[in-house]
Amino acid sequence: MPSLKDLRVRIRSVRSTQKITAAMKMVAASRLRRAQEQAEAARPYALRMERVLGSLAGGMVGQPGAPPLLAGTGKDAVHLVVVATSDRGLAGGFNATILREARRRIRDLDNAGKTVKILTIGRKGRDSLRRDYSRLIHDSLTEIGRRRVSFEEARDIAARVLALYAAGEFDVCTIVFNRFRSAITQIVTVQQLIPFAPPASDAAAADLGGAVYEFEPSEEEILGELLPNNLAVQIYTALLENAASEQGARMTAMDNATRNAGDMIDRLTMNYNRTRQAVITKELIEIISGAEAL
Amino acid sequence: MPILFELVTPEALLVSQEVDMVVVPGTEGNFGVLPGHAPLISTIRPGTIDIYEGAAITERIFVVGGIAEVTPERCTVLADDAMEPDSLDRGATEAELQAIEGNLPGLRDQAARAAGPERERLLLDLRQLEREQNVARAKLQAIAEIAR
Repeated sequence: MPSLKDLRVRIRSVRSTQKITAAMKMVAASRLRRAQEQAEAARPYALRMERVLGSLAGGMVGQPGAPPLLAGTGKDAVHLVVVATSDRGLAGGFNATILREARRRIRDLDNAGKTVKILTIGRKGRDSLRRDYSRLIHDSLTEIGRRRVSFEEARDIAARVLALYAAGEFDVCTIVFNRFRSAITQIVTVQQLIPFAPPASDAAAADLGGAVYEFEPSEEEILGELLPNNLAVQIYTALLENAASEQGARMTAMDNATRNAGDMIDRLTMNYNRTRQAVITKELIEIISGAEAL
Repeated sequence: MPILFELVTPEALLVSQEVDMVVVPGTEGNFGVLPGHAPLISTIRPGTIDIYEGAAITERIFVVGGIAEVTPERCTVLADDAMEPDSLDRGATEAELQAIEGNLPGLRDQAARAAGPERERLLLDLRQLEREQNVARAKLQAIAEIAR
């Protein structure tokens, strides 16, 4: 049976843990709001880009002149897996779900006889994957979106991927990240970046009432400009979704932790009071029986 | 009858308003967009977009390239980045241009001598630098136009 002093120390320590988790929850909540706003602001561009690409790329798929970002290299031998995680932990299952999916994918590709290369974003992904797949990791980026994710960063990552692609280092590129649904649900998502799968162009065509776009300069040139940009946008969107998911997951995890700490404090306090009463009773009995013995 | 003009960058929707006419700096020359324009998709070079109400320019925005999509009712500009021409600084841009032009010959030389993947990488860098050079030049031109 722990002594009164032990219990007091214990309660104090749990209480300070609770203070920390409550503060982390508040911070995550405000960051989540900011991340959501940012994701909201980025949506119009992505939507319109998709519309333009849909009307452009729809006719290009499968044609001999299609740019390699759209048509692929014609092979399927080397896969680049971009694993987007966070730099910091204590975010519930956020990193674990991404890493589980990434591992499953790497194993599947490996079993299918493909060569896998990994590009990790975020310290957590690097640390975890380095244990099993250190020879597959092509590069690791950390400190992405430390304060807020910027398009500049997404463009830099896209430029790296494009340079690898141009050098023939891989044939297919996918990104693994968490899509934000709500603070409680995040959906781990695997998205193919290269070759780019264009969205259906029906919506764009309907919008024009059947008229056909003129292109200036040629379709190929516009696509050549648009596709690398689109890659950056896709990565940017993934990073934003990831940022919102991370804060959402952290908020939920810290909320649970705060509640658990509260429960624990209640239990310990009850225990403490019982023990205190038992001590008083014991002392009384000792006094009374001492007096009776006289 | 006005036309809906939208200007979006990857980070935000900057403008979404009804205007009488916009003049967009297309890669193959400026083009004006009035309501009922034929559907068009064009790339954009660095330059200023002019928004007209009636016959007067009410707003000018500097864009650093991107793409424009025109339909009879709408003109959407997907810009890589956009800023107010007033916020451009002449001295800083000139210094930037000078730095870029100082680096260009060396990089060109390196790219010409390199081979294989290294060459690909250098060519990408080179193209990026040339793009920045164009942007800086266009900025200076925009500043000069504003001053006039």
